[in-house]
Parts: sequence; C-alpha cells; structure tokens
Amino acid sequence: MGKMKNIFAGSWGIIGVGIGIGILAPLLQKLGNPGNMGICVACFERDIAGALGLHRADVVQYIRPEIIGFVLGSLLAAYLFKEFRPRLGSAPIVRFFLGVFAMIGALVFLGCPWRAALRLAGGDGNAILGLLGLVFGVWIGTLFLKGGYNLGRTQKTHTAAGWMLPLLMAGLLGLLFVFPPIAGEAKSGVLFYSLKGPGSMHAPLFISLGVGLLIGFLAQRSRFCTMGAIRDFVLFRQTHLLSGFVALIVTAWIVNFLLGQFKPGFEGQPVAHTMQLWNFLGMALSGLAFCLAGGCPGRQLFLSGEGDGDAAVFVMGMIVGAGIAHNFGLASSPAGVGPYGIPALIIGFGVCLFIGFTMRQKIA
Amino acid sequence: MAKTIDARGLSCPQPVLMTLDGIKAGNDDELIVLVDSDASKENVSRAATSKGWTLAGISEESGVYRIAIRKG
Repeated sequence: MGKMKNIFAGSWGIIGVGIGIGILAPLLQKLGNPGNMGICVACFERDIAGALGLHRADVVQYIRPEIIGFVLGSLLAAYLFKEFRPRLGSAPIVRFFLGVFAMIGALVFLGCPWRAALRLAGGDGNAILGLLGLVFGVWIGTLFLKGGYNLGRTQKTHTAAGWMLPLLMAGLLGLLFVFPPIAGEAKSGVLFYSLKGPGSMHAPLFISLGVGLLIGFLAQRSRFCTMGAIRDFVLFRQTHLLSGFVALIVTAWIVNFLLGQFKPGFEGQPVAHTMQLWNFLGMALSGLAFCLAGGCPGRQLFLSGEGDGDAAVFVMGMIVGAGIAHNFGLASSPAGVGPYGIPALIIGFGVCLFIGFTMRQKIA
Repeated sequence: MAKTIDARGLSCPQPVLMTLDGIKAGNDDELIVLVDSDASKENVSRAATSKGWTLAGISEESGVYRIAIRKG
C-alpha cells in the first residue's frame, strides 16, 4: 500500500488541530477580523454572498480568504496524501436545501458552530444557549440516524467534477486580486465591499488566506468536525472528535485572555443578540441540518476539497441560503431576530423533519 | 466465510453504524467491512477496537478498503 500512517487520525492529532485553530482564530480577530469571529464559516460564506451581490446587506460584504483557504488547503492535503476521491450523487438536491436551512438557522443565532465556540471563548454568554441548541439539533439528527436515515450512496465521478468547488474558490481569489478594495468605495469592479460593520473588518488578505490554507490542510488530515464531535458522542459515546472541539474552545479562551479579548457577559457582545430562545432554536435548526448532511460547515468545505461534490452542493446551498436570509429579513442583527426569522425557523424545522422522516430507504 | 458489510459510497456515521450493528448482532466472530474513504477506514477501525475487537488486516484495491475485524 505504501501509504504512511495518518498521524492526525490519533487522539493527539485531533487535539493538536483543535489547539491550532484555538490559537489562530483569536489571532485573526487581533489582526482585524470581527469580534469573536476569527473564523465563522457561516458568516464568512454570507460575506462572500454579499460581496457577489447575492444579498445587499451592505455591512456584510467581503470575499473571505479563509473560506478559499479551507477548500484549497484541503485539496492540497488530499492530493499529497492520495485522498482526493471525486464522488457525488448522494441526494444532492436534498443537501442543497439542508445547506440553505443550516445557513438560515446560523444567521438567526449569528454564527456557525465554529463561531459559537469562539463566542463562548470570548466570554459571550449568549453562545451557551447556541451551543445547547446545537447539541439539541444534533441529538434530533442522531434519532433519525438510529432510525435508518441516510441519503444513499455516492458514485465515483470525473476528476474535474471534484474540482468544481476548488475552482470556484480559485476564481473568487482571482476576483479579489483583480478587484481589490478601494478606500472609501463600496464597489470595486464586480465585487461589493463593506465600508462599515463586520464586512469591513478583516485581517490582511495573505494572513487570512495563509491561516485558511493551514487549517484546511490540517482539518482534512484530522477530519475535524464540530457537528461530528457532538454526534459521535451522542451516538457512540466516542470522544475522539469532541476532544478536538473542546481543545479549540479551551485554547481560544486562553488566547483571548492573553490578548485581552475575553469580555464575559450577555449584553453588548460583538455581533450577537440576547433573544435566548432564538439563539437556542437557530443553532438547533443548524445542528439538525448539519447532522442530516453529515458534517459541520467547515467539514463540508474540507470534504469539497477532497472531491466530494455532494458537500460542494451543501456549500452552495449555504451561500444561496445567506442570500435568502438577508434579502427576506430572516437574519438576525445585534438588535434581535429579523422580521421573518421566526417563521423561517419553523419552516426550516418542518423541512428538516420531513427529510429525516422520509429518507430512510434501506441501503441495498 | 466472514460476513461482509458493504459500506462503499456511504459517508460517516453510516459505515460505523453498520459495523456496530454487525458487532451487536453477535452472530459472527469475524466481519469484513468495505469502505471507500480514508476517514471511514479510520472511523470503522476506531469503532471496532473500542468495542474490544481487533483489526485483523486492511487491504486496498482500486480505492476500496477491505477491513477485517475479529472478536477479542
């Protein structure tokens, strides 16, 4: 076989990756990323949607290089270790809608599981409700998994098909170089930029990209997944992935403390609201959608880098979901939930439960 | 001949769930699990050893891993 053993598959591998992310994310905040948002896969995909004009919320528009790095770093690792396996065909349209509602849930809470962890590590007490909601949503998902829920098998496909999302990311990076931000201008070529708000806050491009590539590489090797961390513990009492997630939170907390970024409290937290029921249910919807789709938003990016076309469709669902969330007033703001956020959550739960109850076809 | 669990094309946790079902069924002292991703290979191996089973061998042929696990 001639393949070297994957050192990141062991306990210390996953813990090491959690520690690495826990150091890098708060540093990105120090270098310019928004508060408690060193890395937020949902927020950053939402910013990308805004930069492309898929929504026109002018405070959240930026092609986030971290997301590009996640996919391309994973692609690099997958090729280096002979794990690039182009595949698709496991109910892609279902995965698209799971992506849409995962994003809507995340934008009601104001963050994905990664940011929920970073918010907690930054002292944001509202994140506790979000993380509890995440556990609740994933727990519902595990009930479906135990009941035989699955989206069917993937098929091998063309190598070029596995390259679709990595190529899109390379294209976005190209756009960022061709149309860089212009001071005081809200538009540069085809790209929209934020002049204020979280979209205007970012670490230097090459640092963001470098950190993204490094995390993408390490996460591909270690299979780091924030949803899987909870799912595997609930389903199997297995703590492998969980140890990585906990390592991230503890490390980020320590680094925040050292950098003077730890500010405990509920009120006035950066890009957060205090409507706790909706913090809980927003993340619960996200957790359920991630569980039904087999990975947290970060993991979906890493899988896309390995050639998983179904994960790529989920990512596209999230980006479109961000457009929907901001165009239709579903996304929350620091003032609280959006005008249509609550009905959207109800519809989201309805869709996810429908998917969970109906898609339990026996595996041939 | 050991029972074969075909988890090709399925992503986790399905291969692990199928392996654990096979172990729980208690009819076999040896199982063969087929998977086609490295993550599934690692997860199935980890799940089997956590149930006290041993890895009897892993072989690869055209992108498919054949994982043999044995009770005790």
